[in-house]
Amino acid sequence: MTDINTTRRELLIGAGASGATMLFAVRPAGATPEAMKTAIRKVIGEAKVSTGRIKLDIPPLVENGNTVAMSLTVESPMTAKDYVKGVHIFNERNPQPNVVTFHLGPRAGKADISARIRLSDSQNVIGIAEMSDGSFWSHEISVIVTLAACLEGTN
Amino acid sequence: MARVLINVPATAKRGSVIQIKTLISHVMEPGFRPGPDGKIIPRDIITLMTCKYNGEEVFRADMFPAVAANPFVTFHTIATESGKLEFAWTGDNGFTETASANITVE
Repeated sequence: MTDINTTRRELLIGAGASGATMLFAVRPAGATPEAMKTAIRKVIGEAKVSTGRIKLDIPPLVENGNTVAMSLTVESPMTAKDYVKGVHIFNERNPQPNVVTFHLGPRAGKADISARIRLSDSQNVIGIAEMSDGSFWSHEISVIVTLAACLEGTN
Repeated sequence: MARVLINVPATAKRGSVIQIKTLISHVMEPGFRPGPDGKIIPRDIITLMTCKYNGEEVFRADMFPAVAANPFVTFHTIATESGKLEFAWTGDNGFTETASANITVE
């Protein structure tokens, strides 16, 4: 495979490059458990999801997973022809991948929503915005949770 | 009866974007937790929240067990005309609750 005359430097560059491509190829499957992926596909179908335009905001370190303040904004002119149709929030490790879905319209004025959610573990949370032109935009953030929600019993 | 708190500005300029805050008291029991007897406590959550502005829907939220207890939701809408904002929540075990707020648009 490698030419016998390849210098050490060339070899290292090659190894680095292939390592990087492997990392990119593997990462989405590893970071996104299947349940969340399936749930996302169920909602948005086979549409392509780009990153950007939506900004999800959750504190990176959460003490109590029972109440996590979440806010989000979506860049959009919010006119009658170009507006945000909805925003879907998903998580990786709660018992269920869906968190909440907001339906908006041109009368929302601006796509700026906040709510309180539960997180059962440190995990990634993803927000997907659906635009009126049929495009989807996402933002994924990772959150560290020290006290988990949902699963512990009541005392 | 669930307690509801709604914050809508009493007056607004025509065409301005107003912020609406809603809070409703509800356990939002996710249905995954064992109770004191070791059995899973059945799910009891609000599944749908809607906001209508003079009869036209301006905001809707589908909720899942991952929404925290006492759902607090903040969103925005354009103050188009004077009238009434109507809020409705529906959920498991036949839960329904409604509330409304008046707004004067100048």
